[in-house]
Order: sequence, then C-alpha cells, then structure tokens
Amino acid sequence: MEKRKMGWKELPDADSIEAGTSAEFKTGDWRSQRPVFHGENCIHCLTCWVVCPDAAILVEDGKVVGYDYDHCKGCGICANECPINKAKGKEDISKRPITMEDEKNFKNDI
Amino acid sequence: MADKKLTVARTGNEAMAEAMRQINPDVVAAYPITPATEIAQIFAGFVADGLVDTEFVTVESEHSAMSATIGAAAAGGRCMTATSSQGLMLMAEMLPIASALRLPIVMPEVNRTISAPINIHCDHSDTMFVRDSGWMQVYCEDAQEAYDSVLMGIKIAEKVRLPMIVSTDGFIISHCMANMDLIDDRDVKDYIGKYKPQTWLLNPEKKITIGCLDLQDYYFEHKMVAIDAMRNAKSVIKECCEEFGEKFGRKYGFFDTYKMEDAEVAILAMGSLAGTAKVVVDNMRKTGRKAGLIKMRVFRPFPADELARAVSGLKALAIMDRSDAMSGLEGPLAVETKAALYDSAGKPKIHSYVYGLGGRDVQISEIENVYKDICDFAQAKKKFGENVTYLGVRE
Amino acid sequence: MDNLTEIRWHGRGGQGAKTAALLFGEAAMSLGQHIQAFPEYGPERMGAPVQSFNRISPEPITLHCGVTNPDIVVVLDPTLIATVDVFQGLDKGDSIIINTEKAPGEIEEELNIKGMGIKIYTVDASGISKAEIGRDIPNTPMLGALVKIYGKLNIEHVLEDMKKKLEKKFRSKPEVIDGNIRAIKRAYEEVKS
Repeated sequence: MEKRKMGWKELPDADSIEAGTSAEFKTGDWRSQRPVFHGENCIHCLTCWVVCPDAAILVEDGKVVGYDYDHCKGCGICANECPINKAKGKEDISKRPITMEDEKNFKNDI
Repeated sequence: MADKKLTVARTGNEAMAEAMRQINPDVVAAYPITPATEIAQIFAGFVADGLVDTEFVTVESEHSAMSATIGAAAAGGRCMTATSSQGLMLMAEMLPIASALRLPIVMPEVNRTISAPINIHCDHSDTMFVRDSGWMQVYCEDAQEAYDSVLMGIKIAEKVRLPMIVSTDGFIISHCMANMDLIDDRDVKDYIGKYKPQTWLLNPEKKITIGCLDLQDYYFEHKMVAIDAMRNAKSVIKECCEEFGEKFGRKYGFFDTYKMEDAEVAILAMGSLAGTAKVVVDNMRKTGRKAGLIKMRVFRPFPADELARAVSGLKALAIMDRSDAMSGLEGPLAVETKAALYDSAGKPKIHSYVYGLGGRDVQISEIENVYKDICDFAQAKKKFGENVTYLGVRE
Repeated sequence: MDNLTEIRWHGRGGQGAKTAALLFGEAAMSLGQHIQAFPEYGPERMGAPVQSFNRISPEPITLHCGVTNPDIVVVLDPTLIATVDVFQGLDKGDSIIINTEKAPGEIEEELNIKGMGIKIYTVDASGISKAEIGRDIPNTPMLGALVKIYGKLNIEHVLEDMKKKLEKKFRSKPEVIDGNIRAIKRAYEEVKS
C-alpha cells in the first residue's frame, strides 16, 4: 500500500526538514556493478574514502573494512582511483584491493 | 515616549541607515548602487565607528549580497541589505529563495527605474518587477515613514517569517533632507526585541536541512506554507501598525487615507506623489470638489478587502501607477485594485494613470487636472478613450 | 502652503550648492521650521552647472514635486548667468541673490531686466570667502546673504547653530570654523539691494 503523504498543514516546519534524511534513502539497489573489497591487498591510504560520492566506504580505526552496500551506487570511482589498483593491480587482478563485479551475482545479499 | 522625541533633518537614505543602526543587525551584506548606495555606505560608517556589532560583508555583486544575507539569515541571524533598480534585478533570482525559506530579511530599497534606456531616477518599475517574489512590500511617502516602516518591518517580518522590502522614491525622498523624529535607541531596542528564529542552521540541538530537492510530491505543499504565510501576514501587519501607533504616536495602515470621510472622488497612489496630492486635495476642497486621497503603503500582501471598503462610497477613483507592467493592460496597482473590486457592489468608476517614469516630475497642476478630470468622469461629463492615461508623456 | 518659501540654488559642481542647501535647511530646522533640502541629480561633473533646492515653512511640508517657481534664487557663480536661465520661474516680487562684486543696478542694466519686478541683490561672496576663509568657497557666505533676504530667521541663532555643525565637521581645523562664521556674518551685513 502506498505510504500516506502529509498535507501542507502537517509539515513539521515548512521551510526545513530534519538533517541527515539522505541516510534513509537507500540507493544501494541502483547498483549494476558492485565494488568488492580485498583487505589483504589494501594499504589503507583512504583514497577511496575521500573520493566516494556517497560516503559508502566503511572505516574503523583508520582502516578500510568494507562497503555500505545500502548506499553504494556502484559508480566505481573507488576502484578507479585506488593507487594499488592502478599500480600492482594493473596487470595482476589478484593484487587489487578493489574489484568491480556484476551485481547480478550478489542480488540475494541485499 | 514623547518626551524623548528627537527632531532631526535627515534624507531618506540617512533615515533608513539610522533605523539599521538602531536595529543593530547581526549581518549586513551589501553592494553599492545609485541611489541606494548611501544606505550601506552610512551603515558601514556605523560599523567602522563601533556603533553596531554587525558583521558587514562587502560582496562582489547584488546577487552575492542577497545570497550572503540569505545564508546568514538561515544560520539564525537578524540580517539586512539594501539596494535599488539594477541591483534588485540582479538579486531577483535569490529573492524567492529568501521568501520560500521563510527568512525575515528586511531590505531598504530605493525605487529607481530599470534599464533600458539607462536612467538613475525614480519610478516603481524595479520593485514591481519582483512583486511576485514572496517578499512583503511597503512603499513610503517620506523619510519619516521609511524610518518607521523599517523598524516595523523587523517586527512584522519576524512574526510572519517572510522577508520585506521597504522602499522610498529615488532621489525625491532618498536624497531629500527633511524634518523627522527619531525614536530613542533604547526604545527601539525594546520595541524590536531579541530575534528568536524557530529553526536555524547553526543550532546543534536541532539539526536541519534547508533548500533541499522537493519534487512533484511535496513542492506544492511546501509552497503552500509560504503562500499561507503571505495570506496571514495582513493580520500581523495590522497588529504591528497599531502597536507602533500606540507606542510612538505615528499611525500607519495598509494604506493611509486623507480627507476620505465625505470624498466623492479620490486618487489612489503610492510613494512621494501621495504627499504632493495631499496639497492638491486641499486645493480641490477650496474649489468645492469633494476630493480625497488613499496612499497605498502595503502592496504585498495586497489589502484587497480593506481597499474595496475604502473606495466603496466614491463616485470615481483615479489610480496612479509609477510603472507600467507592459501587459497591454494598465499599471500594476490599477490591475490589482480592479481585481480586488470585482466582487464589490459599490465600486466606483475607475480611470488609471501611469506617471513619472524615469523620474519625470509631476507638478501640482497635473494632479489638479487628474482630480478635475475624474470629477467630470464621475458626472459623466467626460469620457476617456482608453482605461489608462499616460500622464505627461509627449505624443 | 501659503507660508511656504521655495529656494533654488545655482552653482557649479564642486562649489557646494548641495551643501549650502543642506546647511540652510538644517539651520532653519533647528530654529523650528519645517524644511526640505534636495539637489538635482544628473550627470554632473566638477564645473558643470548644478542646482539644489530648499522648501521652508512653519507647517509640515508634504510637497514632493520639483521646485519650478522659486521665491528666492541664489547664484553662487555669476558666470552661470550667461549659460543658464537663472531667472526661470521667478515672478514679480521674487528675489535673486548673486555672488558678484557688481551692484544690483549694474546687473539689472546688463541683463536688461528692469521692470520685471524681480528684486536683485548682490554680495561679493567670493571676495569675502577669500578674505575670511582663505579660499573661494562662496556657499557659506551666500548662506548669510540668504538669511538676510529670507528674513524670517534670526542671524545670531543661525550663526550659533552653524558653529555647532562646523565644530563637529572640522574638529581638527578650528581656523576654518571661525573663518566661515565671519564670512556668513559679513555677507549678511554686506548684501546690497
């Protein structure tokens, strides 16, 4: 059933809404390509964390631990900008910290 | 409060700057433009002299001036700027953002015509151009009214939560020094009180987002809130004008009337022309014509019902516009007044005039002729070829 | 509006026609009058002919149209007479005050305006200014001449008020203040009819 929408008299404060509502907007299912993190290859330079437009790189204690797949749209910027991907991983896919894979192989995870 | 009355000689610009000093806004961002330049310039002097605590932001354009003012107001400040003519044109993109975000910015404005041709003198084309931007608009007859209206404007805007333009006629008032009474600094402070925004961006207790993407499913509802605010603004304006009159002795309304009690014909006008027309009303009365005057002050929100009642007993009404909407119809005041009277049973015969474009002077004799013409019009002794006469333009 | 007096100042950009109108207006206001003082704005530059205006009345003034029929005209620079119609709008019984060494009779003859019924007054405001202030700034002495011709303001009160204003403006140059006050007083006394 469609969610009931508020009328103008019910709007909380008209000109403003509470902050941080974009977290509730799950954009993960827009993905056709999925970035997969391989921690053993990562130097934790956090380049991916800086460039990710959706703040979807999960970091704990200064180290990358994986992806927020609820919000990652699969744009691939992380994989593209990763310095290890560009260096060691260029020839040898097994050295890459981030690989882009078809989303259809993971559909059941969401 | 009358014992603290301080009579001074001030130009319109000085009067508005003085009001800004007494308001002591948190932020003023401004860019110069004739004939409003002096307002921000004088205010910058107050900042330099330490008479105000304002953060004065010198920006690179009027678009930036309004943007910075909006940003500061959204952050929770009491914020002001001032402009005129082309400056207002450049701000135009930002103006509806201020109103839709419900930011109570009060902006002194000096009415000057808009290009082309280039002309720095008075008409109301500039503010009429932005009349649908969601800003309240008050047109003032003289420096005293401009000063009072800026002070009242702070109170009204913060209660209604919509921005307001308070304007004077360029050069005619902005650069005319005249007697006026100032209100004591402390009384102004008490009157306007401390600004308490309902929500503001720099509030860590209640974090908010403003100006976000709002598509087909909610834009209309959000807009409706601002539309409703403008519809309700009238009651706040009425209340604030009454309070100001009680406190400081000068009474204002949506419009002020002059000798309307028994008037049979009247002029409806805005700005400085209304002052000259008062003298003409007196002259007309001496010749036995029952003439009156309605000086429109608040154009947004448009006081339609009140205006319909005020003109209901008249035989004929002349509506004087200092701008033309280039709509193929008449001036904006005429069109809106006629719309306001559509359902009114006792509406008078109406003829409208567009006058004074680009600062063209209007002399007493010309206004006398307007009164004489509508007297004849009332008695069906005169017919006008068209609904509008362009007063004083050469053919 | 029967008690309304309208004044037009003629000068050249930089001569202080606007300042003179503002000073005269302020002085009249502080003596209890209702006033207006406003310049005519256009593409003026230093040296170009400019005008400014005053309205004075014991009652509040609501007129905001231009001044077209002044009661008194003040001419700060006599060379303007050749290029600007300084008599425009003057009727019988109205007055004109001209900054010149010449006597009113000479001006009347030169311009061939005898019989028009306009009262002509002259005062050497430039000469007074050079002697008392050290520079040719005719606007303040012309104020003194105007006070005399206007006739409804007490010169002592005007001088007191003017002194207060000049003291505020020229805190660091007291010699300018006394010179201006002397110049206004002299022009008040020396204006010829």
